[in-house]
Amino acid sequence: MQRREFLKLMSAAIAAGMLPTTVKAGQARGRVVIVGGGYAGATAAKYLRLWGGEKLEISLVEESHTFISCPLSNLVLGGSKKIGELTFGRNGLDHYGIRRYEHTASFINPEQRIVMLTKAGTSLMMPLQYDRLIIAPGIDFVWDRYPALRDAAGNPLTPLRDAEHFGESPQPRIPHAWKAGAQTVALRRQLEAMPDGGTFVMSVPKMPYRCPPGPYERASQVAFYFSRHKPKSKVIVLDENPDIVSKKALFLRAWNELYPGMIDYRPNNVVTEIRENGGQDGFRVKTEFDELSADVLNVIPPQCAGDLAQGMDNVDGWCEVDFMTYESKVVPGVHIIGDAVSSALPKSAHMASSQAKVAAAAIVALLSDAPPDPQPVFANTCYSFVSDKLAMHVANVYRYDAQKKIMLPAEGGGVSDRASEQESDYAQWWAKNIWSDVLT
Amino acid sequence: MNRHFFAAAWLCLFYGTGASPALADESADTSHLRVLAGSCAACHGTNGNSVGGTPVLAGLTPAYFIARMQAFRAGKLDSTVMHHHAQGLTEDEITLLADYFSRQARVTSRAPTAENH
Ligand code: HEC
Repeated sequence: MQRREFLKLMSAAIAAGMLPTTVKAGQARGRVVIVGGGYAGATAAKYLRLWGGEKLEISLVEESHTFISCPLSNLVLGGSKKIGELTFGRNGLDHYGIRRYEHTASFINPEQRIVMLTKAGTSLMMPLQYDRLIIAPGIDFVWDRYPALRDAAGNPLTPLRDAEHFGESPQPRIPHAWKAGAQTVALRRQLEAMPDGGTFVMSVPKMPYRCPPGPYERASQVAFYFSRHKPKSKVIVLDENPDIVSKKALFLRAWNELYPGMIDYRPNNVVTEIRENGGQDGFRVKTEFDELSADVLNVIPPQCAGDLAQGMDNVDGWCEVDFMTYESKVVPGVHIIGDAVSSALPKSAHMASSQAKVAAAAIVALLSDAPPDPQPVFANTCYSFVSDKLAMHVANVYRYDAQKKIMLPAEGGGVSDRASEQESDYAQWWAKNIWSDVLT
Repeated sequence: MNRHFFAAAWLCLFYGTGASPALADESADTSHLRVLAGSCAACHGTNGNSVGGTPVLAGLTPAYFIARMQAFRAGKLDSTVMHHHAQGLTEDEITLLADYFSRQARVTSRAPTAENH
């Protein structure tokens, strides 16, 4: 090739952003504010420092004092973990020189690049100025989309629709337990209080939702607990999806081998009505096909991007981003990472931390006047536990597709042959390693 | 005792032989490579410094690293999960990752502080 041609190709490649970027640590300058301190947000804060050097000002805003891991929280229902074992502080990040604010981010002014912070119980407002904002808002629930909570005309139904039954209160009668914490413990207590021979009913929303294999892991964990303590009891899974969404063959095999006859899985089952059980404990649950009694009822509601991302979401409630930088397609200067992102990617903790790393690297590049990596690649794994000591994985490498402008699974990924004790060990170590990576 | 115990035992021989973490050249890492290597941290710890259970990758010699990854890819080494990751990577990526991890200092990773709940 002649030199001139090479140069021409070079500049075309540069224009197309095709060359890998080399960014020296310490070159990036600016203020980055991260709102949300879960797997995604905490990872972004740490890696901005590791890759961006000392000159970046990094602030992490998270209103709740503790980090409670959703991964492994189904084991609290099964009884092999305590919520305290999944609960951590974020002070392990302090040595990176990250300013932590245990405040609420009330609003964002993207023109002036300001996030306004408030503190519960005070009326003080504190503005934080940013050059780049990352929001990692996680998920929120869309109760209005839960069929049993709206009438035929689509209006929200009122009878059971109150904080006593549903919602974010710590101990509602129908806990979602889909954000680990008080509700996880509340659901465990209900299972403990349920007499042998009772029925646990759970409903699964249509995809996409946080943690695709999570509902089936939950069914397994409840069955594990029943098989040891309440062997006459039943688990009924009412799934709005046409089939088990993730690791289907593995879950079915585990259910057959470990809990024969205990788990009644019903696909395409939409809950249309929930009523009190005529003076007795529990509920009557109606679907298009059946009516059944639930002694303990767990509704995993339809989901959308966390509140903070409101106004940056699409009609389905998720946030569209550029997968090279995770910058919002709606609001420039704002990057959105984790479960809130609109994509076909599994909403997992590992995925959230990988997206955080792509965003951190891209922001370091942007604040160093360098182009971000045009071809991000990363690995993802989700482990699921089918008992206290048996687990299995789904694992994939994901690669940016420049034509389609999305992340696609590379060839070679897949699932375990079967659930095993060895993978249960590895899954526990996965948790310890990712906690260390995200929080220290 | 499982096969990984053996792997871990004889693996010790391979640490630190060719690696000079003190001279780690951060600036040579493209953001592409950092992110890819960063995604291994969920199981292998920050910069390959596992807190336990999985092998430490920091300071492995490139030759050893590449041999293991190639064996995972070819299905010649027993693995629970690594074949799924290794098969998704290109030859170039494996070479770059080998170099990256060989340059990472071996340090003791921390555990986050537990909070009573
Ligand atoms: C889901 C957890 C997980 C992820 C993610 C993961 N690994 Fe592994 N790795 C393991 C486990 C477990 C083993 C032991 C072999 C097995 O069972 O698959 C292992 C073994 C290895 C080994 C062999 C080490 C030795 O001394 O025998 C290498 C090399 C390795 N991994 C590299 C990587 C790289 C590079 C990545 C990122 C691209 C990665 N791993 C991502 C879990 C993981």
